[in-house]
Amino acid sequence: MVVSAVAADNLVEISGVSYAYDKRHPVLTGIDMVIPRGKVVAIMGISGSGKTTLLRLIAGWFKPTQGTIRVDAQLTHELDREELYRMRRRMGMLFQFGALFTDLSVFDNVAFQMREHTDLPEAMIRDIVMMKLHAVGLRGAHGLMPSELSGGMARRVALARATALDPMLIMYDEPFTGLDPISLGVIRNLVRKLNDALGSTSIVVTHDVQEALDIVDYVYYLSEGVMMAHGTPEQMRASTDPLVHQFVWGEADGPVAFQYPSRNFSEELGLV
Amino acid sequence: MFDRGAIINFRNVGRHAIDSVLRLGYAARFFALTLAHSGTSFRRPRLIVRELYFTGVLSMIIILVSGLFVGMVLGFQGYQTLKTYGSESALGILVALSLVRELGPVVSALLFASRAGSAMTAEIGLMKATEQLSAMEMMAVDPIARVVAPRFWAGVISMPLLAAMFSAMGVYGGYLIGVVVIGVDEGSFWSQMQSAVDFREDIVNGVIKSIVFGIAVTWIALFEGYDAPPTAEGVSGATTRTVVTSSLAILGLDFILTAFMFRGI
Repeated sequence: MVVSAVAADNLVEISGVSYAYDKRHPVLTGIDMVIPRGKVVAIMGISGSGKTTLLRLIAGWFKPTQGTIRVDAQLTHELDREELYRMRRRMGMLFQFGALFTDLSVFDNVAFQMREHTDLPEAMIRDIVMMKLHAVGLRGAHGLMPSELSGGMARRVALARATALDPMLIMYDEPFTGLDPISLGVIRNLVRKLNDALGSTSIVVTHDVQEALDIVDYVYYLSEGVMMAHGTPEQMRASTDPLVHQFVWGEADGPVAFQYPSRNFSEELGLV
Repeated sequence: MFDRGAIINFRNVGRHAIDSVLRLGYAARFFALTLAHSGTSFRRPRLIVRELYFTGVLSMIIILVSGLFVGMVLGFQGYQTLKTYGSESALGILVALSLVRELGPVVSALLFASRAGSAMTAEIGLMKATEQLSAMEMMAVDPIARVVAPRFWAGVISMPLLAAMFSAMGVYGGYLIGVVVIGVDEGSFWSQMQSAVDFREDIVNGVIKSIVFGIAVTWIALFEGYDAPPTAEGVSGATTRTVVTSSLAILGLDFILTAFMFRGI
């Protein structure tokens, strides 16, 4: 199942990874995947399939119960706090609803990492922040507070913040959830454009299939913590695997049942 | 031998005991981490100054107004009692000692817990629920150093200052009622107060109390916020617990401190 490739070409390599919050309920089992440099890769699956957990494992948030995760040739579970923080400075993450700091303005949100991690003069920080905001089309909104932004604008500011230090890896946790069609299109195109412009690598965790299939290079499909399928967007669209087919085309019933497990219906109504 | 209900009850008692000890352990670890990660706050004092405004300056109104009223009530009640023994001139002593030793630190800490403590818990709980703390962690910035520690020190610094303001306002309230309204002799009011209030015994002990209360309230408020389940009910429950736990802690600690400080008097 592992897509073999030369190590140096892969930014993230995951092999045989299992993870469980407690022993009885494994979240992920035997995950193998590689994320090549420069590509945009989607991790898809229905809610509760372990996608976000996988993302957090890559960020070194949790340690895998089994298996190894390498990011830029470093084993994440061997890093101490200091080294992990050093690695995270080269990662950006876009959270589901943006997670902007509500007590800071748009400008200060984007400048946050530069002020925390660098000694850049304020004039230079200003220039970089304006460039980042310009890239997401919100230079004019730099003085607003997060509470004054719409959902789509907040997501764009968060994107500018996540890319503030030109990360090698950008991770998106459900970037399309709860957006209107216009904002969704904007975010979708930005994911691709920013990845290519910054020369970084992106991982998009999502269940918005059609939006994601248009922009990604490769797809991994997770179901109940197991890697069920992977392939290019074309391969996923053409897949005859019933599970993948149901997911990609959004069918109500299939291997993932419409009905929550329940008693026989006629029994429930007292007909038998 | 035992019926099922009794066993279940017994088991629940055990579980509560274990949970409480576990939480206390977490809280202690959190406290130690806060102290260990305070370096950033002192290297960048602006972080503390900002929080001083929110916890300290914004609490001033309620502290000053309450202090004035408590002092005025002391003026009335003290006068009524002292009059019976013909020692109205000792009113200044009564007002000042009650405030400096007890009411100043205790009442201002109770008010501080409900005004600033609950706000701290709600703010940090919401930051957690909206993934702001996770985002910070992801940006390689420690939320304990950047968010928790500055608030902790701001609370510890502002508490004794607020208690002092409360006492000063209370003394003025007692003066207003005792001297201006009732007509106790102004000279004896102030001079008796001056000779009876001891700097080391009364004022320093009061300040020590308010510093201890400040540590307790801020610690409880920050821990409850940081530990809150990231949901609406979680944050509201944590806010309530902050006010209840820190009020009880203030009163309990006050008893212990008083027992040590004033047992010889």
